[in-house]
Amino acid sequence: VGRTSAVAMQPPRPWTTHGEAAAGSIRARRLRNRVARAAALLSVGILGLPLAWLLAGIAERAVPHLGLGLILHTTQGGATGARGAGLANALAGSALVVASVAVVGGTVGVLAGIWLAELAPPRLSGWVRRSIEVLSGVPSIVLGYAGYLALVVGLGWRFSLAAAVVVLSVLVVPYVATTTEHSIAQVPSAYREGAHALGIPETTVLRRMVVRPAMGGITTGIVLALAIGFGETAPLLYTAGWSDQMPHLALLHSPVGYLTYVVYAFYNEPSNTAHVLSYEAAFFLMIVVVVLIAIARLAVRASRRWGGADR
Amino acid sequence: VRGLAAGLGAVALAPVAALVALAAILVDKAWPAIRYNGLGFLVRSEWHPGNLYANPVVTAGIRHSPGARYGALPLVVGTLEAAVVALLIALPLGLGAAVAVVRWMPRTVGAAVGFLLELLAGIPSVVLGLWGALVLGPTVAHLVAPLASAVPNVPVLRFLRGPVGAGEGLLTSGLVLALMVVPIVASSARELLASVPTTAVEGALALGMTEAEALRAVSFRWVRIGLVGVVVLAFGRAVGETMAVAMTSGVVLGTTAHNLYGAMTTIAATIVSQLDSAFTDASGLELATLAEAAVLLLAITLAANLLARVLVRQAAPVSLPVGRGL
Repeated sequence: VGRTSAVAMQPPRPWTTHGEAAAGSIRARRLRNRVARAAALLSVGILGLPLAWLLAGIAERAVPHLGLGLILHTTQGGATGARGAGLANALAGSALVVASVAVVGGTVGVLAGIWLAELAPPRLSGWVRRSIEVLSGVPSIVLGYAGYLALVVGLGWRFSLAAAVVVLSVLVVPYVATTTEHSIAQVPSAYREGAHALGIPETTVLRRMVVRPAMGGITTGIVLALAIGFGETAPLLYTAGWSDQMPHLALLHSPVGYLTYVVYAFYNEPSNTAHVLSYEAAFFLMIVVVVLIAIARLAVRASRRWGGADR
Repeated sequence: VRGLAAGLGAVALAPVAALVALAAILVDKAWPAIRYNGLGFLVRSEWHPGNLYANPVVTAGIRHSPGARYGALPLVVGTLEAAVVALLIALPLGLGAAVAVVRWMPRTVGAAVGFLLELLAGIPSVVLGLWGALVLGPTVAHLVAPLASAVPNVPVLRFLRGPVGAGEGLLTSGLVLALMVVPIVASSARELLASVPTTAVEGALALGMTEAEALRAVSFRWVRIGLVGVVVLAFGRAVGETMAVAMTSGVVLGTTAHNLYGAMTTIAATIVSQLDSAFTDASGLELATLAEAAVLLLAITLAANLLARVLVRQAAPVSLPVGRGL
């Protein structure tokens, strides 16, 4: 990044297109440049501030009440001030939902990404890509309500793991598909062409020369999908429902508890126990998200460092 | 291979099918409400489910509770107001951060800022909402109260005047929304600015422009249309955010914020907070009306998303981040 040299330029020349941009004495222009740079750097600082404030604000409320009981007990009766209430059911439920979403949404997203990058006829691919991008803009509550109407009521699944997983998978597929497609696009085409020149069958080329080198990026997409799955609320409220018991391993007809519900529903309850649970759930969510995003970053870096392709 | 391509193609079409199904399901559910509420839905302000204890009556073939009357005007106005407040804050900050990362920071620091933005994009909506309701809202109300009473009572500025309340309302929602859309503004603006050819920028610098002048005269001009696209994308995002607004706006029905600090609601926040009570409307009309609101929201966000991507593609062959910008 080069600094501007101090070469003086006579202010406004009749032929400068952007006369006003270059107007003023050199000192005034340098000052303006410095102000602009300070403002840009300051805006980064301003962005860091609320993030730190948020992390501190949640941690301050959650840390003093941390204890083993949180993962041992369920929220049962927590809202009415029972002793020994914890988040076991919400933690287990969130983990169950998110793991299932990683399998369902992850598979669909990765396959869709591979198809878009490698196999789709050009005319169709642009169209499908655009729809997937647009799908990512659907508000989460709209998705949740439609899921409720179609799955919970329409198909009679009632509040259930399956309904939650389907709706949340629709939400994460755009992330997984686009990251998969991008990381495949970054694989040098020489790999592919070399493999084709050696007469290696197309499916083997796809597996070994296209998907494997892109594994870092694909992993990133799935990890980010996990982070999103943990953090979503609106799509789950009317599909997973809520349960203060440990989740049953049933796909249908059995509601599931999850962390974001506790944050949303308990912070307004009258009892102090409920408030504490709400802060603890928010604290857990933040830790999970930070860890997952860090993992996603490391996955990209590791795959870049090890080159991926030559193994 | 052809079989594989067809199989994967079918999988890739699943999200497209989901999008179509989504719209169809909502319109189907909303149909009675669309007919009952009519076009007046867009200009009325009341939100009255009617007498829920009386037996539902039938008007023009549609079952509804006696006296039911719904209008979406406050929801639409609230949604737009909150989005505007959010954009007024998020655009300069996000653009500033993008410029700083592209031009004025060493690569390692830029990467750290990227991580910060990703964290911000990853914070769950409810956690932001909780913080907004417990920490940010009350603090802002406390800080703003003396200023709000000092604002002169003249048109336009009047909106900044008056009772501040306890911190649930338009300003708090706007601030929280700003935090939620800043990552997408910053990362898409960064992509756009990085796509400006280096030779053009260096040429401007070689002619003696300062970096700030080169930014304005070359970089910004080069991707002008794309930057408009970024604004639209951020708008679409702000309009659709649900949980954080539901927790910080106060969710009042039937009225709009009387000043910058007043309690209000948005389409998304209304849907999520009213669904529970809508189940008690035996005629089912409130559920249908909420579906109608969801159709409205879907139309706004899809239009914004589509327009944004078209505009950005005009400016540069960059791919925009999906969702909140993770």
